[in-house]
Amino acid sequence: MAETLAPAFTGADVPDMAALRTCVHCGICLPVCPTYRVLGEEMDSPRGRLYLIRAAAEGRIGLTPSLTRHLDLCLGCRACETACPSGVPFGSLLETARGQVERQGRSTTPRLLGRLIFALFPRPDRLGAALGALGLYQRSGLQRLVRAAGVLRVAPRLAAMEALLPVVPRRADVPVLTPARGTRRGRVALLTGCVQRHLYPDVNRATARLLSLAGWDVVAPPAQGCCGGLDLHAGRLDELRLRARALTAALPDDVDWVVTNAAGCGSAMREYAHWLPGDAGVARLAGRVRDVSQLLVDAELPLGRLGATVTYHDACHLVHGQKVRNEPRALLARIPGLRLVELADSELCCGSAGIYNLLEPAMAERLLAMKIERIVQTGARIVVAGNPGCLLQIAKGVRERGLDLEVLHPVQVLARALDQGRSFGEQDLGR
Amino acid sequence: MALTRDVIDALRKILEPDALVTSPEGRMVYECDMHTLYKGAPDVVALPRTTEQVQAIVRVCREHRVPIVPRGSGTGLIGGAMAPRGGVMVGLNRMTAILDVDLPNRCATVQPGLINLWLTRAVAERGYFFAPDPSSQMVSSIGGNVSTNAGGPHCLKYGITTNHVLGLQMVTGAGDLVWLGGKTPERPGYDLTGAAVGSEGTFGLVTAVIVRLLHAPEAVKTVLAPFATIDDASETVSAIIAAGIIPAALEMLDQVMIQAIEDGVGAGYPREAAAVLLIELDGPRAEVEAQGERCAAIAREHRALDVRVARDEAERALLWKGRKEAAGAVGRIAPAYLLQDAVVPRSKLPEIMRRLQEIAARHRVVMANVFHAGDGNLHPLICYDDRDPDELRRATEANEELLSACIALGGSVTGEHGVGLDKAKKLTLQYADADLNFMYRLRRVFDPDHLMNPDKMLPSHPACGEGFRPARPVLPPGAWI
Repeated sequence: MAETLAPAFTGADVPDMAALRTCVHCGICLPVCPTYRVLGEEMDSPRGRLYLIRAAAEGRIGLTPSLTRHLDLCLGCRACETACPSGVPFGSLLETARGQVERQGRSTTPRLLGRLIFALFPRPDRLGAALGALGLYQRSGLQRLVRAAGVLRVAPRLAAMEALLPVVPRRADVPVLTPARGTRRGRVALLTGCVQRHLYPDVNRATARLLSLAGWDVVAPPAQGCCGGLDLHAGRLDELRLRARALTAALPDDVDWVVTNAAGCGSAMREYAHWLPGDAGVARLAGRVRDVSQLLVDAELPLGRLGATVTYHDACHLVHGQKVRNEPRALLARIPGLRLVELADSELCCGSAGIYNLLEPAMAERLLAMKIERIVQTGARIVVAGNPGCLLQIAKGVRERGLDLEVLHPVQVLARALDQGRSFGEQDLGR
Repeated sequence: MALTRDVIDALRKILEPDALVTSPEGRMVYECDMHTLYKGAPDVVALPRTTEQVQAIVRVCREHRVPIVPRGSGTGLIGGAMAPRGGVMVGLNRMTAILDVDLPNRCATVQPGLINLWLTRAVAERGYFFAPDPSSQMVSSIGGNVSTNAGGPHCLKYGITTNHVLGLQMVTGAGDLVWLGGKTPERPGYDLTGAAVGSEGTFGLVTAVIVRLLHAPEAVKTVLAPFATIDDASETVSAIIAAGIIPAALEMLDQVMIQAIEDGVGAGYPREAAAVLLIELDGPRAEVEAQGERCAAIAREHRALDVRVARDEAERALLWKGRKEAAGAVGRIAPAYLLQDAVVPRSKLPEIMRRLQEIAARHRVVMANVFHAGDGNLHPLICYDDRDPDELRRATEANEELLSACIALGGSVTGEHGVGLDKAKKLTLQYADADLNFMYRLRRVFDPDHLMNPDKMLPSHPACGEGFRPARPVLPPGAWI
């Protein structure tokens, strides 16, 4: 191979060499890696990517387009972290390496689309306005016209974005305060999220309703901004730090827990302390983050009967990012009449991965096809996932194939069971 | 050596556009397998999907006299799946299909890239399993298992890979597509399947394997027994074997290994133990119960600190997860290690374990032990820091010394990992020149141009760079000639 160059990573936020050296090349990560499953090649496996990051750190290779390509193709799902017996922190190594690539300049990526996405998604206000316009686009019949004319075929990434959108619902914010019902257990803050708030307002409302029934006062400050998850996964670490500090300031400090119902947000927030060492406020917030399923799992809920066959897809940032595996299943299994069927490869990414399906539509599509095939095999009529990205992605696959399948968040299924039990209905939730 | 344009062009005609890896970064990640000390990047990596493509690749390489290195999941521990002379690496990771499951005849036909555990998963619901279970079975490919004649914890009772291969399809180094063996176990002619299993890619590229499937046992009992000394654990192993019991698996792990596993996997092994034995019994329920009692009694007689039986499948699975991910978990305590695979007669186990401790101490290296105690197959992992040349030197010396110690006790340089680049030179310790030459001539039958996985398995002759030849008689110094 080539003689040694200078180490390719410079300045702040370089991939941690000690962490890189914990990889002993055993390969246990290979079969759980979505891109390796699809491509069957070493450089698109976690072991291969770590090898390349280490080679760059040691000056064996530069930040070449080829290295960048293999990093770009990673979904950041972190299934490899769950599999790794050595405890290699793949996620943070990937994120720092990506950050280096971003900072040192790159030539090959769709920069314009990236900029558009980062101008939109982490800004709930702008996203809301944009989606309002899109709602109009859908309802006015313009969408039908555009799809029929096939104008988007010339821009595959734009087409991917357009195809992903469900019917944009009308705005329905969650109340600023939803008081606890029954025995009060404490007070929680709810992260309302960017995509969740605008595309799945039902999920936020169901979350508040369920938490309230479980005895929690639910505070949802209207101006909370974005958690920075998308920035983190793209290696935009300075932007992440800004958002983490802003969110910490926006959320009340006098709460027992900070609840998320979007796996990607929860996972990013739990890692704040790693990226902002020494910031006590941020660390306190990070330590109190819980997925909604964790707070509901041992609560008494008046769940009515729901005769349905349901399967559960593990959102990567819930199962791998936050190690939440059993709680959503246990909650679903408690619903009388509901039959929970295990999904083969439920821990394999659906291809959503934040904004991955917009940037890498071809790989995302292959993973989605694998996911849909396995969902269909279960015979379930409802597929459940605890992350809005997965919901959008799987719903797109279902819609395009004309399948008779509902795609829901766990709290939406639980809320339906509450409706059957007819206690504290949606109509009771004040505005 | 760099490939000529002609070879690349010819390969491009054979393969899909995304099936040829030529970038320096792409080739670099294929430069080593799990034995990271040996590095050699191929000039190009081919990722075929069909047997026809494999055959066409071999023919191109033969025409241009280019070395061919097969690779499965790259989990080997002998430097087998790396390219010391460059050439074309053939990654079989896209050939993962189960071509046929024939339960009435208890066999299946699979492509070589299929991951070992995936086969068991595919037939488990119907009550069957594929017995060879190398610790890497969640990653390693059946083609790789066949190539190295892989063993595993349960091979104590069930036998190693060769006992479970009925036949295989191979593109030989001469470019011929042949079937060796077949579904019918009793066949006329030479047992070429037996010769090819364990040939480490030196005969050709395996493109399909017919494997035996076994009926899952009625009952399984898994026992964990911790000990205060390695001696007590070793004596227990010898006593269980001497009592005529053949457990399904009989594994030992020492304290260094236990710490790594508990940090990495949290399998529930007691950290304070100097060693634990993982004993598994399977078969008819009554037999399993009786043997379980007997093993527990033997362990207690040898001062076991505790005898714990896994209460359910989840607890059993966790105990095994710890064992199977042990080599990966060593990353918790060291960035690199040399992993041995030597064998001693099992009656010598207590003795060799004492020798190993002594060797590690003298060379000032950290050693972790995890191994198939039941058949005397040791796996000492000698840890080193790859940035510290002195530590690497000490680790290498300790490694050499313990290998010699095993041979001196009547053992073998390898049990189940294979020979590869790592142990090729060591074969002279175990075989006479005539034996090695005979093996070399067999290799030439399959691979007349010596293109298949060069430098692996058989020692090269320094003069011609090819196979082994008898050494000249050694003359006394000063002799007249």
